[in-house]
Amino acid sequence: MLVDIQNLKIGFKSRTGFHQAVKGVSLKLGTEKLGIVGESGSGKSLTARALMKLLPTQTVIEADKLEFDGIDIRSASEKQMRTIRGKRAGFILQDPKYSLNPVKTVGSQVAEAWRTHKGGSKRAALEAAINLLEMVKIRDPKKVAASYPHEVSGGMGQRVMIAMMLAPDPELLIADEPTSALDATVQAEILRLIEELVSERGMGLLLISHDLPLVSHFCDRVAVMYAGHVMEELKASDLLSAQHPYTRGLLNCMPSLMHPKERLPVLTRDPEWLK
Amino acid sequence: MTIEIDNLRISFVGREVVKGVSFNVAKGASFGIVGESGSGKSTVLRAMAGLNNDWSGRIAFSGEDAPLFRPPAFFRKVQMVFQDPYGSLHPRQTIDRILSELPLVHGMDNIDDRIAKVLSAVALPQTARFRYPHQLSGGQRQRVAIARALIAEPEVLLLDEPTSALDVSVQAEILNLLADLRAERNLTYVMVSHNLSVITHLCTEVGVMIDGHMVEQVTAEDLRLGNVNHAHTRELRSLSVELEEPA
Amino acid sequence: MNATFRNWALDENPSSRRQAAWGNWYRIWLNLRGNALGMIGLTIIAIFIGIAIFAPLLATHDPAMQDLGNRLAAPSALHWFGTDELGRDIYSRLLYGGRVTLGMVIAVVVLVAPIGLAIGCIAGYFGGIVDTILMRITDIFLAFPRLVLALAFVAALKPGVESAILAIALTAWPPYARMARAETLTVRGSDFIAAYRLTGGSSWRIIFRHIMPLCVPTLIVRVTLDMSSIIITAASLGFLGMGAQPPSPEWGAMIATAKRFIFEQWWVAAIPGIAIFCVSLAFNFLGDALRDVLDPKGN
Ligand SMILES: Nc1ncnc2c1ncn2[C@@H]1O[C@H](COP(=O)(O)OP(=O)(O)OP(=O)(O)O)[C@@H](O)[C@H]1O
Ligand SMILES: Nc1ncnc2c1ncn2[C@@H]1O[C@H](COP(=O)(O)OP(=O)(O)OP(=O)(O)O)[C@@H](O)[C@H]1O
Ligand SMILES: [Mg+2]
Ligand SMILES: [Mg+2]
Repeated sequence: MLVDIQNLKIGFKSRTGFHQAVKGVSLKLGTEKLGIVGESGSGKSLTARALMKLLPTQTVIEADKLEFDGIDIRSASEKQMRTIRGKRAGFILQDPKYSLNPVKTVGSQVAEAWRTHKGGSKRAALEAAINLLEMVKIRDPKKVAASYPHEVSGGMGQRVMIAMMLAPDPELLIADEPTSALDATVQAEILRLIEELVSERGMGLLLISHDLPLVSHFCDRVAVMYAGHVMEELKASDLLSAQHPYTRGLLNCMPSLMHPKERLPVLTRDPEWLK
Repeated sequence: MTIEIDNLRISFVGREVVKGVSFNVAKGASFGIVGESGSGKSTVLRAMAGLNNDWSGRIAFSGEDAPLFRPPAFFRKVQMVFQDPYGSLHPRQTIDRILSELPLVHGMDNIDDRIAKVLSAVALPQTARFRYPHQLSGGQRQRVAIARALIAEPEVLLLDEPTSALDVSVQAEILNLLADLRAERNLTYVMVSHNLSVITHLCTEVGVMIDGHMVEQVTAEDLRLGNVNHAHTRELRSLSVELEEPA
Repeated sequence: MNATFRNWALDENPSSRRQAAWGNWYRIWLNLRGNALGMIGLTIIAIFIGIAIFAPLLATHDPAMQDLGNRLAAPSALHWFGTDELGRDIYSRLLYGGRVTLGMVIAVVVLVAPIGLAIGCIAGYFGGIVDTILMRITDIFLAFPRLVLALAFVAALKPGVESAILAIALTAWPPYARMARAETLTVRGSDFIAAYRLTGGSSWRIIFRHIMPLCVPTLIVRVTLDMSSIIITAASLGFLGMGAQPPSPEWGAMIATAKRFIFEQWWVAAIPGIAIFCVSLAFNFLGDALRDVLDPKGN
């Protein structure tokens, strides 16, 4: 098992009290593609961040088990985490442009990611960076490498993040909304690229997304999260025909190209779901 | 307000990224732009909004050519909502302060009432008013961004991927909200999105962009039926259709 | 009353702008109060300022009164911190010196911080030729050794506390301008600034109302870190006869004149040294705490 999470709870202390955001999540991941879907605020990103120990220090994390490749994350030192993060596990963060340094060129940031894991000269790293940018289907990668983050488009920023995370050949890739700003064609190509990595290199993938059809087509299994709980876990191909009212509610919210709706239904939440 | 864009060209330091785009939007209509990432969609919207001064061609609202440097009054008529709700609100200002900036600049009266009204127009609770952006969810932030545009009482809204960072339930709320606002206020929309279902839900006409060119303009109906000419449009369509079918 | 104010200010859903603002300040105060180092800093600074203000009441001697028969006396019941090379009471001089030294430091900061901030933000926001000109000017000031520039400036005016303040201010702003410019560069391309341009407000309005406040936290930290070096520069000027003039009991000057006896009569130099150290440290603590509590994400 690459990732083994059992009964993960994440809470935040504040002046007004204690807020439990993730309430007992269990997930297992081998060399496969696991999707996490669910509405905003359901705790998807928190779960992923906890696995990489990327939460603020005042966060309260409890779990029966929280392991990456047999390493207990809860007791891992910061030094140990540094050898995992970026190198053994890539993490594509949700807001790509925020995660890039605004005053450094995109190319130098990808090159830096490459160099910290692979070593080599600056020149070689920059060349590798340009190759990586080409791999994520960026037109004119040389020009883009020399641009600053505010000079690249939303989708380009996302792909730059992906390139950075693919640089060190990770064993696990956590992708938090990696393609939310990409058009269908580029999205398809990026997913094909990730697919290749998963099957060729035996990489594990944790894909967080609110695009249910995408997850359904791309992943092997999918966990549906609501208010800090995993509502159901099912085969990804069954997602579009799921029975749980919450999952159905999410599916109904989506506009459709082929079956236009006059008005979109909105989700009505049922307290029963949490029983 | 009708919109006419004619042979619009935009360059950044010598590199042309929009290479002659033309389209027209009737008053009260919605025009959608889809296309490849990096093809210049946001750049077109930003130039229309007056955030870019290095363009040539014609941008006209109500038949009047927009000057290179827009006078303040222009922003009462045309407003824009940005792609990223996380980056488009000042991180150290309350929602109240963010919303009151435009009325203050234009010396509008009854600012308090206006803010209260616009908050309820986007279905935000009045309690959100004195919060900071980081205390709101992504969907609520995008509502604030829409409210900020609405407080100018504009006639044209330029929407850059207004829902791509949001989950499907919030997306549905925002799309319904935009449809209602358009009906109530007779707004004209230009909306960018990479999601064909979202675009066709709100827009009756769609332009497809690749590498700075608008290669095709079709009605939403034709797109749905597959009456399209350009290979890229066909590919976009078939990928969307494929996704909608069960795996 | 206290409890009602507390509830009113901490109301999660304030009903007016005034209430929200009070709530905001009250929360900042509560957070500051919860920050131990910050409170230590604030207390020390308050004590020193109090001492400076009430120096005439607290002093045991006239700070300028010489008693050559009692030079370099060790601390005793009569002279709590001993006496200096002219037999003046160090305790009383320290109290009065606080007025000069703290006054100078505060004056320098009040002059320098806004100027550096404004220049940096303007350069960063407009970019291009404005940026080039402003930053070259900044570089010129940065390239000069600080003390030499200050000396030249004081020499051109008449020596004294006011000229020293101006001279130090003249040499202290460039790092702030650079810092503010760097900070501005990170935000000027952002969407929220673009959104403010869409209000039709002028560039000045955007710079002063929306960009500058973002640079203030880093500036506060930087300024508080610089406090001690400002005091030292003031002392050096004093030592070279260009700053506070004798017999003014400026702290830096007190150390400077005491250096001849530093091994035999250590307290003469050590006492003002300790005062400078405490004040600098207190400002650092307070600055760090302020940066944390002024960030609305922390509240
Ligand atoms: N630093 C924090 N302090 C307090 N609460 C937090 C913090 N970070 C997250 N939360 C809360 O935890 C909950 C889950 O957040 P999370 O980011 O995991 O949501 P998500 O499922 O990724 O949603 P989205 O699709 O919008 O990204 C939210 O209600 C959020 O408000
Ligand atoms: N400020 C800028 N300076 C230089 N180049 C820029 C700038 N802004 C955008 N570009 C370039 O212009 C091109 C078009 O960018 P734009 O943001 O319009 O794309 P987009 O169609 O919105 O893509 P996406 O769907 O990914 O958001 C890109 O190649 C981008 O690198
Ligand atoms: Mg998330
Ligand atoms: Mg864009």
